[in-house]
Amino acid sequence: MAKELLKGNVAFAEAAIRAGCEAYFGYPITPQTEALEHMSQRMPELGRVFLQAESEVAAINMVYGAACAGVRVMSSSSSPGVSLMMEGISYIAGSEVPAVLVDVMRGGPGLGNIAPSQGDYNQIVKGGGHGDYKMIVLAPATIQELIDLTVEAFDLAEKYRMVVVVLADGSIGQMMEPAELPPMRPVRKEGDRPDWALTGAKERDPQFISSIYIDPVEEEVFNIKLMQKYREVEENEIRYRKNETDDAEILIVAFGTSGRIAQSAVKMARQEGIKVGLFRPISLYPYPYEQIREAIQDKKAVLVVEMNGGQMLEDVKLAVQDRVPITFYGRMGGMVPLPDEIPDEIRKIHDDQVEGV
Amino acid sequence: MDDPNLVEMQIYKKPDSLTQIPTHYCPGCTHGVAHKLIAEVIDEMGMRENTIGVAPVGCSVFAYNYFNMDFAEAAHGRAPAMATGLKRVSPDKLVFTYQGDGDLASIGMAEISHAAGRGENITVIFINNAIYGMTGGQMAPTTLPGQRTTSTPRGRDIEMHGFPIRMCEILSQFDGAAYIVRRSLHNYANIRKAKDAIKTAFETQKQGIGFSMVELLSNCPTNWRVSVEESLQWIEDHMIPVFPLGDYKIHPALQSRSRS
Amino acid sequence: MAKGRITIDENLCKGCTLCTFVCPKDLIEIAEDRLTPRGYHPAVLNDPDLECTGCGICGVICPDAAITVYRLVPKEKAVLVRA
Repeated sequence: MAKELLKGNVAFAEAAIRAGCEAYFGYPITPQTEALEHMSQRMPELGRVFLQAESEVAAINMVYGAACAGVRVMSSSSSPGVSLMMEGISYIAGSEVPAVLVDVMRGGPGLGNIAPSQGDYNQIVKGGGHGDYKMIVLAPATIQELIDLTVEAFDLAEKYRMVVVVLADGSIGQMMEPAELPPMRPVRKEGDRPDWALTGAKERDPQFISSIYIDPVEEEVFNIKLMQKYREVEENEIRYRKNETDDAEILIVAFGTSGRIAQSAVKMARQEGIKVGLFRPISLYPYPYEQIREAIQDKKAVLVVEMNGGQMLEDVKLAVQDRVPITFYGRMGGMVPLPDEIPDEIRKIHDDQVEGV
Repeated sequence: MDDPNLVEMQIYKKPDSLTQIPTHYCPGCTHGVAHKLIAEVIDEMGMRENTIGVAPVGCSVFAYNYFNMDFAEAAHGRAPAMATGLKRVSPDKLVFTYQGDGDLASIGMAEISHAAGRGENITVIFINNAIYGMTGGQMAPTTLPGQRTTSTPRGRDIEMHGFPIRMCEILSQFDGAAYIVRRSLHNYANIRKAKDAIKTAFETQKQGIGFSMVELLSNCPTNWRVSVEESLQWIEDHMIPVFPLGDYKIHPALQSRSRS
Repeated sequence: MAKGRITIDENLCKGCTLCTFVCPKDLIEIAEDRLTPRGYHPAVLNDPDLECTGCGICGVICPDAAITVYRLVPKEKAVLVRA
């Protein structure tokens, strides 16, 4: 298919439709409302389900209901709205039904602002909802990646019966870039819904879907089962990109928009002769600890760049331990680093830690 | 002398849409009666295989163990939203929620209001017993003024806690609401009327007319600290004056079939 | 034979006493001398004079659907009837 100029929010909504999304429940919140609006137009056109819920609380519970019926379902929101969804997310995770959520992060905490940020890393990756659960978290840095990861999200959600989050930010949501949408996948027929789905107890025993295990013995058994599933995800679903890391002395670790800006910074710094590379995690859960550990083998310094106060930083520290000094550069509250801010940091590290060593 | 023209018929039994599992409800609790009525109606409509129920958080959190049909467990108060999701993607199924007064009228106030506002084609069975049963007897939004509960030990004080909330009266104001009625389970005659109302509510859904809710005044002898017999009388003496029985909204398409 | 009779499933009966209050002929009582497998004093039919009409009110009132009600009906009317 040909490339089109697409706005991020529209791109992921349409990508979901192409992936066979059968139902969308959402609530307006800047900076992702265009997705809701696109869905409100397209879903009824295609005879699929769209509903603007009364709140994000309601939206995630509608997603939960539709997921129990075995359909491909999603919602999208932004940071404060996602906070409201945390209860529902925990229930969905505890019920092992698949769902896709796109979080287009904005400045916070609290009402914050509508500018881009990466302040939801902890909430999404470390679990903002209660209990021991994980969600697969994918972080695109371009519109094309956003499209591809949204399509993958539905497949992964069903494969593992998990919630899959596409973690974007306001700049990805709002920017326009040429990208290619996949062809339309046919929507699944009602008869082809998964065996576990609630479809009416016709010629089979009734089944129920719930997250309640009142007996602690059973609850623990269930949690162990989840853990085993997550181990499988960790072994199979790690995604990342490396840019010019082979001969680098300084390694930048950054995700999403920070990663994209860092890529430009790498180019700029290389022009000055500084050997710097970028390790860009794409799966934030499962996190590429091993791969980062390997990538820093011969490096002299690590720079973590994020649009938050240092959230993924902790995972990098876990990966790197004390092997190499880690510097953090973060912008918060909706501030987006300009490309030349990062080379300043790189130069500082180069002078202090690389040259001087 | 046995009359050869007479034959023994089984005229009442546990409905097929209930499982054989003994319930955990307190002896004399009308949750059991409500469950039976719903199950009987579903049996009579032949809809067991095409029904999906949504259980609340409350005493009836394990309702899915007692109903012999597909069931989902909702978060507290969110059943109408979950039912919306289920119904929108499976419009040919009968989808109902079963909720208590905390689930529906407290934490779930937004979800029930908007389901009614949207005219969502679901049926809500609202068990109103003026108290929070499962958690040990705290005040509910429907608790009566002066009523003692574990969180209103000196009796519900209007000044501090405000007034009981009447859900039928509220939801009947929504254009999307098609069938909103309040019945009671405190004696045989009212139980019969309650069953008719549940039947009409499910028919409302089946015909796609809009949102239907049957509020059922129910007892809680354990947390009201009265005997089973006293609890049924308590409904008649104290609850009905505050929550009058009757039809609050009947869509014109249903007019001919409803009886108060 | 009485016009009606009931059976009470003691696996389900919780001895809540509702049936004892509603029987128009006062034919149900609580057996104080024994317990069901689940530890309740069960309700039992006590109908020595065969007065039970099979009205079914006890069945309707029972929250645990423990009561099954039988009634003698003319052969021609042998369709499932709800009380």
